[in-house]
Amino acid sequence: MSAAHLGVVPLFISPYLEFVVQNVDQLFARLIEHILITAETVLIAVPIGVSLGVLITYNDRAATAVLWLAGIAMTIPSLAAFGLLVPFLGIGSDPVVFTLILYSQLPVIRNTYVGLTGVEEATKEAGKGLGMTRQQRLRRIQIPMALPIILAGVRNAVVIVVGVAAVGAYIGAGGLGEFIFNGIRQGDSVMIVVATIIVSLLALVADYGIATVEQLLRIRNGEQVEQRASTQLIQKAR
Amino acid sequence: MIEFEDITKVYADGTEAIDGINFTVEEGTTTVLVGPSGCGKTTSMKLVNRLEEPTEGTVYVNGTDNQELDKIDLRRGIGYVIQEIGLFDHLTVGENIATVPELVGWDQSRIDDRVDELLELMDLSPEYRDQYPRELSGGQRQRIGVARALAADPDILLMDEPFGALDPITRENLQDEFLQIQDRINTTILFVTHSIDEALKMGDRIAIFDVGEVVQYDTPAEILSNPKNEFVENFIGENQTFKQLSITPVREVMDDPQAYESAESEVAPAADGGEYYSISPDSSLQVGLTRLLSIEHTTLPVVDGGEVVGFLTEDHVRSYFDSAGEP
Repeated sequence: MSAAHLGVVPLFISPYLEFVVQNVDQLFARLIEHILITAETVLIAVPIGVSLGVLITYNDRAATAVLWLAGIAMTIPSLAAFGLLVPFLGIGSDPVVFTLILYSQLPVIRNTYVGLTGVEEATKEAGKGLGMTRQQRLRRIQIPMALPIILAGVRNAVVIVVGVAAVGAYIGAGGLGEFIFNGIRQGDSVMIVVATIIVSLLALVADYGIATVEQLLRIRNGEQVEQRASTQLIQKAR
Repeated sequence: MIEFEDITKVYADGTEAIDGINFTVEEGTTTVLVGPSGCGKTTSMKLVNRLEEPTEGTVYVNGTDNQELDKIDLRRGIGYVIQEIGLFDHLTVGENIATVPELVGWDQSRIDDRVDELLELMDLSPEYRDQYPRELSGGQRQRIGVARALAADPDILLMDEPFGALDPITRENLQDEFLQIQDRINTTILFVTHSIDEALKMGDRIAIFDVGEVVQYDTPAEILSNPKNEFVENFIGENQTFKQLSITPVREVMDDPQAYESAESEVAPAADGGEYYSISPDSSLQVGLTRLLSIEHTTLPVVDGGEVVGFLTEDHVRSYFDSAGEP
């Protein structure tokens, strides 16, 4: 019946659209859950990762060790991590957020570290010679200059988090993964495909949005960049 | 005033950068540290604001052992200019210049006034204030580097090859401008370069370095006429007379105007105001002699602010060099 409404749409897309139309409320609710899990993870993971990234600039050996550990954390299969955490954190979103925070650390720490240490020697030396303390150099020079690189790390982390968060539905965290697991159980490929596309779109939107901010920061830092459409739009609006 | 007293600097890896140097930089003068690379000149300069610490010996800054001063306060009181400039690219030109005043907590209106004043001093139009450094040329960037160093009106200014990375024409211009600025500020300047020509041009005094030692510390004229040893002689290179001409101002050689009143007819007509027939007392003898050779008269009037203050003849130049012990 509803296929008739959508007469203009090619035949093979119609079952998917039909599913979306029939479940729009549920899909929206799961999408919001998904976004909330991602947001919670990012809000906790970024401050931790950036702080660690700043701290390890003081000590090369600590830097090697921390980056290595963060790399290891990423290799733990998500399902295994959930399984190990459930006895401590229960089911629901907590073990998922915890795991996702672990996964976010490598890109955030690494980019913070690379960004801060990559600031030109002459710039750091000028700051030092003019009488800035180490903290002032960090706050006034290194962090602002490293910000686009740090943000690139965050962007990387967000994409990973959006993807892996879908698996969290397995232990009752909610989110768009619900549809995927239901689809698997019921052998309903339409359900799986629709949920997957929404997850991908969410990742792409987040990626694009953060990339735009990153580019604006690069321009503020005086870098020459080829501007994407969104950046041009914002630049024009200002 | 800066005093180096028995300074020795040995790096952790055992390299001896400085071996017992002693000299004093008088207040309000420019002292140039010059020598081949690796001779310890930059290290010596960095001892002043404690970017390096001496292994032995003491650096006195305005009479105080700088080890007794707080490192951060010391540095904020000393201007610092480096070859790579090291501007903060994420800040505007105005914010760059305001760095030290902000660190020491000036109020905003005082900072704004000071930034305007410095842009004017460095011959940069006020519109640069809100631009970002990367939009500017090398010469403009280093002007901003110097302005940033002078912002909080330091007693001492350290300059590490400040004009070294610029093209020759820009370098020459900045040197000339800086010489004028030097007259307007009463700052003790320590200037590092590897170029003897730059040293002769910029310095009231020159310390010539050779692997960790100061081999001669003298005025430019004295270094040119009495090089202490073969190293200095080689370092000065060829054309010593020519170099001496370029550092001696006409003022020192000219005759006073009365002497020529009787010989009016021989004097080039200065009255037409054309600068071709006269010369400023602050020009170098090199310029004076060239001009003298290119006119049809044997006497060149020296004009300062529209008034004839002296005369220059070939004989003067010759006898000046004879008395200075030069052929």
